[in-house]
Amino acid sequence: MGASVCSGLRAALIQVLVLLLFCNPGNCEIQESKPAASTVVPGVKPYHNEANEPQAFPDPEQGSLPVFTMDYPRIQVPFEFTLWVLLASFAKIGFHIYHKITIWIPESCLLIAIGLIVGAIMHSVKEEPPAVLSSNVFFLYMLPPIVLDNGYFMPTRPFFENIGTVLWYAVVGTLWNSIGIGISLFTICQFEVFGLQDINLQENLMFASIISAVDPVAALNVFEDIGVNEQMYIVIFGEGLFNDAVTVVLYSMFTFMADMPTVESSDVFLGVARFFVVGVGGVLFGLLFGFVAAFTTRFTHNVRQIEPLFVFMYSYLAYLVAELFAISSILSIIVCAITMKYYVEENVSQRSCTTIRHVVKVLATISETLIFFFLGVITITTEHEWNWAYILFTLLFAFIWRGLGILVLTQIINPFRTIHFNFKDQFGLAYGGLRGAICFALAFTLPDNINRKNLFVTASIAIIIFTVFIQGISIRPIVEYINIRRTNKDMNTINVEIHTRVMEHLICGVEDLCGQWSHYYWKDKFKKFNDRVLRRILLRDNRAQSSIVSLYKKLELQNAIDLLDTPMGDLSAAPSIISLHDEKKEASRPKKKFLAKDVRKMHDILSKNMYKIRQKTLAYTNKYNLPDESQNREILIRRHASIRRSLRPGSCRELNIPRSQKYFSLQPGGDLESAFVLRRRSHGEVIQIQRDDGIVFSRLQMSGVSPRSSSRSLIPLKRLNTIEETRSSSLRGRKGPVPAPRRHSSNRVKDDEEEDGRVPPRGWTPEEDDNRGNPLLRFPSQRSGGPGGS
Amino acid sequence: MGSSSSRLDRVPGAKDLMEETGFSETNILCLYDRFEVLDREERGYLRLEDFEAIQQLAVNPIGDRIIGAFVFPGRETLDFPSFVRVLAHFRPTDTTWSRSGSQPEPANSRTRKLRFAFSLYDQDGDGKISRAELTEMLQAMLGMQVTDEQLQSIVGRAIQEADLDRDGAISFDEFKKSVEKVDIDHKMSTRFLR
Repeated sequence: MGASVCSGLRAALIQVLVLLLFCNPGNCEIQESKPAASTVVPGVKPYHNEANEPQAFPDPEQGSLPVFTMDYPRIQVPFEFTLWVLLASFAKIGFHIYHKITIWIPESCLLIAIGLIVGAIMHSVKEEPPAVLSSNVFFLYMLPPIVLDNGYFMPTRPFFENIGTVLWYAVVGTLWNSIGIGISLFTICQFEVFGLQDINLQENLMFASIISAVDPVAALNVFEDIGVNEQMYIVIFGEGLFNDAVTVVLYSMFTFMADMPTVESSDVFLGVARFFVVGVGGVLFGLLFGFVAAFTTRFTHNVRQIEPLFVFMYSYLAYLVAELFAISSILSIIVCAITMKYYVEENVSQRSCTTIRHVVKVLATISETLIFFFLGVITITTEHEWNWAYILFTLLFAFIWRGLGILVLTQIINPFRTIHFNFKDQFGLAYGGLRGAICFALAFTLPDNINRKNLFVTASIAIIIFTVFIQGISIRPIVEYINIRRTNKDMNTINVEIHTRVMEHLICGVEDLCGQWSHYYWKDKFKKFNDRVLRRILLRDNRAQSSIVSLYKKLELQNAIDLLDTPMGDLSAAPSIISLHDEKKEASRPKKKFLAKDVRKMHDILSKNMYKIRQKTLAYTNKYNLPDESQNREILIRRHASIRRSLRPGSCRELNIPRSQKYFSLQPGGDLESAFVLRRRSHGEVIQIQRDDGIVFSRLQMSGVSPRSSSRSLIPLKRLNTIEETRSSSLRGRKGPVPAPRRHSSNRVKDDEEEDGRVPPRGWTPEEDDNRGNPLLRFPSQRSGGPGGS
Repeated sequence: MGSSSSRLDRVPGAKDLMEETGFSETNILCLYDRFEVLDREERGYLRLEDFEAIQQLAVNPIGDRIIGAFVFPGRETLDFPSFVRVLAHFRPTDTTWSRSGSQPEPANSRTRKLRFAFSLYDQDGDGKISRAELTEMLQAMLGMQVTDEQLQSIVGRAIQEADLDRDGAISFDEFKKSVEKVDIDHKMSTRFLR
């Protein structure tokens, strides 16, 4: 194990070095020939300059056809961009080779560290870093993917439940921080000893607004790993998202005011008004584009390949249009993503849905990696102005004001919350306020007429590096030590683990039973509006009938596709306990002494293999992974497997029945051909086949829909007569969703297996009534659309 | 407020239920609305298949047991008061209730909650969690990846830890003792039912 880690590390390091060699400086002549339009990655010289001169055009004196030419300037820009992205990605691969690293050191730290190293190398060879962080490039290209990722995978239920708190912390908290830090720094500047007299109030406020934007990526990773309570998680998540918007507004406001000689009170009012325009305008634009996107996807069922495109284009449009009007583009894209997601995922195919999610994640990861990487590089290569006093006081005040802010704000908002934040939570919130990408970008794009720009840049970088490294690394042990209220994880005994898990499943079930109504009134109202108006307009297939159809399709298709994708090796991941086996053999007495390490292994097995509670928050928001729906699939597969097992011995009764009668969708005496023809009809249709006794059975075809939808109760279909004939005691009371792998692996025509549900657990009396049965396959009595449905 | 009290009138026996279970008016109304949603055919009572129609319960590993706990064995239907009474178990514990002994223990006390959880394990109702029952429960919750021997070892260990009187099964008191450190109120309450 260690050997493979070492060799893997070595391989990664070698790759990194090779890549660095590629980027080493060469001659400077290439610089002039670079295309003027590019602002992305000029300046990094290719290595092959040293080897041979590029021969773009043949020497006119030669007069013969050049056999081998090279034209570097033509490809320079995309080539260098690709190399940088690759380099950063190799760094990421390198980190994850050894898992423990990322537990103790957040990934952002590692990226910055690698960036520092690369920057040092470049600086020592007197190289210029690529001018990636021009304002346009950052705000137009690098920021939108990150924000889109945050918005798309936002857990909506906890978010809307806590929206007041989130907005409160984001808006008021950021304002509090900015103004507090700004004024404190201004008072510090008044002291002559520090030599900072020339920084006036506006500039201080502007700087303060830059550094009060928290970027909780590292904190979120830690919280997620530890499993802190959902409230804290969503507050940090939402706060990080929305205070970007506030910061940008404040920043533009203060830069504007910094130019002005004096500040009138009317300007302050205008500022407030502008803030509202910016905020509300952003939300409106987001809603508009979200609905248009949802509406567009209603008609895309014939062009499935380009469906993901709409998601990206519309959200990017939302961003750009908001930028056009100088309103909060971040809010716009977030709201667009949230709105769009619900409807789009119902309209598009399963493949498109997966594609969208994957691409969003990829783009976001690239952007973030690049940003932190360049942060490291630029730290070394810019000219700094270091002023101990200013920087130290900045750090101090940032910390103090954030802590004070969280304290005061929580006291005010706690009475309005159902679950209060205790002091440990507040400490976690305050300590989790790391600074990150936005702070960096804003600092770098300060207008040049600010005379102390370098000082500000240095101070911003200092605070970012300080918070990311020191706070980022230490937050994990601290959170574990002070034992913040967690969602799970009390591992004293095996019993406790089992029982708490059972209870959590129980509560999940009860919540589903109750339909999870909190904030009942508004949610209900919205639901009604949604069902009556929005779904009709925006969804292609919004007949109420489709809820059961779509559920069935979803489950089936999901299972089928996932089963195709899963390498079978995944299923056997359990560690083997050899020592336990030995113990079993030698000690057959009931009283066994369990070694400590066996207990640990048991804990490992339990924690790895128990179905995760349906954590709607955590499953969504692991920053680097997609939401994990494998557990649903697994439960269904297990049920399917247990049915198979139970059916085998008890299935002798079925063998007596002629095959033709087992096929629900075939007429007796009908042939397989017609069955296949019917089945091959285009997806999305419900095939209704009528038997001569008048009972209609809907055969459902596969068509991709989103894996998640609101929990609606199923509408029962009516069962075919053949079930009565073949019913044995073990097959009675079939319940639950039909497992798809069966359809996939068995003969497609054997539809009777579709009907099977689980063996009912003890404690139920099996039902005899033929009106009941598998709820999924009943035909809704209200809409007997098929002929003769009874 | 006037409209809600008239709404309350259509809920049969609402006042008694509120007193008995401690739910507020809004809660009762919400529960009644949910009851009506589940009871699609408007029979006035719920049957097993209404529960099974809830999608998320189907993918819950212990979904069938939960349903079984609501629809008691031997009974076929569940009317609204029983529905509410069962759900009363999941209210957050009242901090003001004191063990005075004069009133019957409310449904959401710690002991009652634990009894509910216990009944999920104890399917045959003999008051003990036998080895087989625990194995079954674990089997439902664990994935396919665990082999039978590992499962047996885990079950053995669990019983060994909890079984104080060495009878090979876990009684309710032993169960209670084994989870005494767990914050049951937090784990077994839904915050909506306040």
